[in-house]
Amino acid sequence: MTVKLHTVGEDALMLYLGASADEQTLARVQAAAAAIEHALGSELIDLVPSYASVPILYDPLRSERLQISRRVRAAVDALQVQHAATARSVVLPVYYAAESGADLESLATRAGLSSDELIALHTAPAYRVYAIGFAPGFAYLGEVDERIAAPRLATPRAAVPRGSVAIADRQTAVYPAESPGGWNLIGRCPIPMFDPAAQPCMPVAVGDSVRFEAIDRERYLALGGELS
Amino acid sequence: MNMAVVQAGMLSLLQDSGRRGQHRLGLTTGGPLDGEAFHYCNALLQNPAGSTAIEVSVGGLQLSAQVDTYICLTGAAMPLAINGEEKALWEVHPVRAGDTLQIGFARSGCRAYLGVADGFQITPSFGSTATVVREHIGGLCGDRLQIGDQLPCPAVTTRKRLYLPVQEQPRYQNTLTVRVIPGYQQRHFNRIEQRRFFGGRFRVSERCDRMGYRLEGPVVGCDMAGILSEGICFGAIQVPPDGQPIVLLNDRQTIGGYPKIGAALSLDAARLSQLTTGASVYFAPITVRTAHRALDLAQRFWRQRPLRERQP
Repeated sequence: MTVKLHTVGEDALMLYLGASADEQTLARVQAAAAAIEHALGSELIDLVPSYASVPILYDPLRSERLQISRRVRAAVDALQVQHAATARSVVLPVYYAAESGADLESLATRAGLSSDELIALHTAPAYRVYAIGFAPGFAYLGEVDERIAAPRLATPRAAVPRGSVAIADRQTAVYPAESPGGWNLIGRCPIPMFDPAAQPCMPVAVGDSVRFEAIDRERYLALGGELS
Repeated sequence: MNMAVVQAGMLSLLQDSGRRGQHRLGLTTGGPLDGEAFHYCNALLQNPAGSTAIEVSVGGLQLSAQVDTYICLTGAAMPLAINGEEKALWEVHPVRAGDTLQIGFARSGCRAYLGVADGFQITPSFGSTATVVREHIGGLCGDRLQIGDQLPCPAVTTRKRLYLPVQEQPRYQNTLTVRVIPGYQQRHFNRIEQRRFFGGRFRVSERCDRMGYRLEGPVVGCDMAGILSEGICFGAIQVPPDGQPIVLLNDRQTIGGYPKIGAALSLDAARLSQLTTGASVYFAPITVRTAHRALDLAQRFWRQRPLRERQP
């Protein structure tokens, strides 16, 4: 495994720790992010761990690029990956139905499965949170069973309802807020994925393990879910 | 103690210097598109750097003062009038309770900054008052200014009437060369494609907003269609499969999967954000050392530029 560190702008270095989305690379990304945070302290402006890379943002008027680069390299060289040591396990309830997931039936048909079989395949694995981005609280989870993987819609929807559980390729996610989107919708989760007033404001973080649990309509509504 | 919004204009947003350290929640930076004009707005008003001001895009904002204070408008050449009387930009003016402030439409440039003495008093969310409409975060309630909004600001009775002499004011033109630090997936753009990018003339398309400026011009080819999603720094220049570059700005998504040919120097990205549809853009490669020297010089220049005082 080769580690690469590139300059990618006036205030950013980009650390690549691998080339594919897999658990081992993700564990390295997380360990590297923590080590860099520790090594740079207040000189670190921000970082964005995802899949196989960590961009490191610094203030070029306060810090010297080669200094930052040396400290990042030293931190990464000394890295000891404790596999998923800090990962939490989170269970998210989902109401899977045609009325909550507009693409549930077409996706099942496409895969040659019944809706129930599709739901069983979606709820079976423990997914890993590979990245958070696109929108506040949008967590990229991987990987879904090959049989229910599906490309993005040719024409994205102008408005995907808040809480929608969706699939794109082998990724799955919960839309934290109503937004445009091209993923295939299969259900809805009543748990807020991003609540600025809550502490913490997100139920998951990168590296966490997430399972989906099927619930019925009544339970969905009782948990505060909305149907519109 | 407020300013009331009488007309909201095309797009008026409360902004401070931006939101930092929240990328891991998926929150973008926000903040003023033109950092230079924003800096001078606060500097002229003798406010702490980064005090909350209104970023007025295109123009059309009208406020009613309900407090005695001082105001200053910097940036794009938008006509400013207080009670119908035209006033200079880049200059501090007193206003009294009952006065009407009117900002017309830009004659050149497209972002201006309206500040008040001590800044608008807005509760920060995630450490910043910067409004990001797409995220429903910042400002009054995560949205652009609306008719009837009340913007809290303190009464201020003494302030020096500073101004920036006309010859010192930036000029916003219709042609811009953006300096670019090559990086990211640059090696996936071969020599010919790089020449097309750095030698070509691009036009600002209709799709230009706070997220990014999409340009139209020679098609720039890349030997990969997409990459494993990764973090995007400010100014990153994405090239999607259609070969038309997008310069990503303050409200960019935090991660993305299109290849990038480099990143624009922030000083030039600020000037880019003053352009409107149809303007011409060229790109020139620079090293990161040259970029840092340019940033240092700009900082020094901003600090040393003389602000004069208007004697009554």
